Amino acid sequence: MTQPFGPIWTAPILLGALTIVGLVSALVGDGVWDALSALALGIVVAVGAWCGLRRPKKRHRARR
Amino acid sequence: MTPLNIRRWSWIHKWSSLVSTAFMLLLCITGLPLIYSHEIVHALGNDVEAPVMPADTPRASVDQVIATTLAAYPGKVMMYLSQDKDEPNVWALTVGDSPTDDNYKPLLADARTATMLPEPPLEGGKFMSFMFHLHVDLYAGLWGKLFLGFMGLLLLVALVSGVVLYAPFTRKLAFGTVRHERSRRVRWLDLHNVLGIVTLVWALVVGATGIINTWADLLLKVWQNTELAEMTKPYAGLPPVTKLASMQAAIDTARRAAPGMDVGFAAFPGTPFATPHHYGVFMHGTSPLTSRVPKPILIDAQTGAVTSSADLPWYLTALLVSQPLHFGDYGGQPLKLLWALLDLATIVVLVTGLYLWIKRGKAQAAKPAEQRATEAA
Repeated sequence: MTQPFGPIWTAPILLGALTIVGLVSALVGDGVWDALSALALGIVVAVGAWCGLRRPKKRHRARR
Repeated sequence: MTPLNIRRWSWIHKWSSLVSTAFMLLLCITGLPLIYSHEIVHALGNDVEAPVMPADTPRASVDQVIATTLAAYPGKVMMYLSQDKDEPNVWALTVGDSPTDDNYKPLLADARTATMLPEPPLEGGKFMSFMFHLHVDLYAGLWGKLFLGFMGLLLLVALVSGVVLYAPFTRKLAFGTVRHERSRRVRWLDLHNVLGIVTLVWALVVGATGIINTWADLLLKVWQNTELAEMTKPYAGLPPVTKLASMQAAIDTARRAAPGMDVGFAAFPGTPFATPHHYGVFMHGTSPLTSRVPKPILIDAQTGAVTSSADLPWYLTALLVSQPLHFGDYGGQPLKLLWALLDLATIVVLVTGLYLWIKRGKAQAAKPAEQRATEAA
């Protein structure tokens, strides 16, 4: 049951790194640092919203 | 990962989640209004603001503010004095029947006219107070805090075991796939995995800093019984201070001792943040980080001279730095909104996780975890 590392973990690692940048930068300073923080965390939230809320174009009615 | 390992991690993930889910839901739901605490208190009309005056209106002496306060509340003693750096026109004062009174009274005074402002409602009013206690201590004091801290620890276990299981359960899917064409169970499993991994680092940070916050009372006690006790040893056996030196002079002295910093908080003799013989004046810097970590300056309450100005020990510094990372209050409105959205995403992860357990079904439950992983992927 070996799994390829890259395809599974690239996106999670990038998102984790963005989260850390977002959390730390607002702590460092105001102004530009707050903006960087909002941008980095904003991307993380946007990815979550895109994956969670997106609906397929061709709607197959799901079998319950 | 071997089938046995998947089964073990599944067991860990299931039980750490199940035990803590109800409390995590409570924390996420009550945390949401706490993010917007300032705005809600304002909207409910529970905040008190100083009247507008010209910007160059001179400030009254702190001693005068204290005298006005004690005259308005006879029989009370001063406990604390503090100033929000965003509201320099207001002094927040705490008075009590004794320096260690648990039923202390928070008051506000105008820093320019030394007159009392209307009494603010305790903890921002009934609603915010209710949310605060459900979030912080379940109305059970230190034990309530420590209990919620333990639930937080289980959350960390659930997050780590969830990451371990992420790979076997998603190995054949492209990142972010939610299989809408499949049954609700599969869709919600995908949603659980995707939102869980997207919010992972945020949840780890907010969870860990939340746990640290539950230890605040204990860490403070350690400091009082070690460093603070050490500094006051030379005063052991001396009679209590009868005539307090000027607080305004103490603040001015502290400002000279810590150039570039301003007073955020001052504790009167006998309170937990001072000693029976000292004022504890806590200075803070101006950057987002240094404004969080105060420098305590102990000032002899009789003579008004500086006894010591030491930095806080590492564990209190860690506590204070961890607080903004839990509250999300350090990057303005955009950060607050993102905090709220990440909180909502965490609620979805909790609910989908609970759903997956409820709807596991007899057939599913009978199958070992490694088989479910194979099927899921």
